[in-house]
Amino acid sequence: MTAVGDTKELVLTEDVTRTQLVQYSGASGDYNPLHSDERFATEVAGYPSIFAHGMLTMGMTGRVLTDWFGPEAVLTYGARFVSQVWPGDRLVATATVTGVDGDVAEVTIATRNQAGDVVLSATATVRTA
Amino acid sequence: MATERFPIEAGHIMMFARAIGDANPAYYGALDGTAGVPAPPTFVTASAQFDPDYPLRPKPGQPWFGSGREATGRGASTVGGGDGGGTGLHAEQHYTYHRPLRAGDVLTTSSRTGEGWEKQGRRGGRLIFSEFITEFRDAAGELVVTARTVGVRTEKVIEQ
Repeated sequence: MTAVGDTKELVLTEDVTRTQLVQYSGASGDYNPLHSDERFATEVAGYPSIFAHGMLTMGMTGRVLTDWFGPEAVLTYGARFVSQVWPGDRLVATATVTGVDGDVAEVTIATRNQAGDVVLSATATVRTA
Repeated sequence: MATERFPIEAGHIMMFARAIGDANPAYYGALDGTAGVPAPPTFVTASAQFDPDYPLRPKPGQPWFGSGREATGRGASTVGGGDGGGTGLHAEQHYTYHRPLRAGDVLTTSSRTGEGWEKQGRRGGRLIFSEFITEFRDAAGELVVTARTVGVRTEKVIEQ
């Protein structure tokens, strides 16, 4: 039985790599050079390096839901991109059940980097049966 | 703005699952021919692959704003797009799943502009938020996924 306060933690990645950003660009179709082109990101856009697509962090974070409840149980999933994810970051998602109504549970998720800063904050509703 | 045909393909789901670091065997049906592979929750973002006009993809014979001989192939002022291009950032993304999405589905999309609002930012000056709603429908015209994107534009690049 799913109950309010149930929580799961999932290490999403030990080390965000530049190659994973390229891999996600290819799979998603979002080839924004900010996520794959160090020269463009630093010299033109003025960032310290390339950084992850927000949607990559949201996609990785979704694993905590689908590992827990199954890929077809998710009814809603929404995220706020709080701060950027950089190559080298270690990401951990923590999901907590905040409400249960029949066989539908409400879950909040925070994904944090190695400094403990929240990079993505999400809510979801899932079917539990 | 619309994508006429977004076929949900098992091989594409497998590549997407690899890219988000997801080893769940449910997503790897392409390897053994399993039908009806489920799509990960954020998979519909990959509909960009099927939008002929998607701006964040290099196109044959057209200049690209990423680096080549120079640091950018175009003036930085023309850099745009929803996810971090120039001074535009992807602030929020929300999905509602009306039913599970699986390989074999063929979707069409239709998009519309939603609400807009402004906020005073702490570091970036004025923040201008805008919503973009996309509906994904199956071959029968039934709604499968509704996506709501919130973009934010600032008057300058946020200092890191």
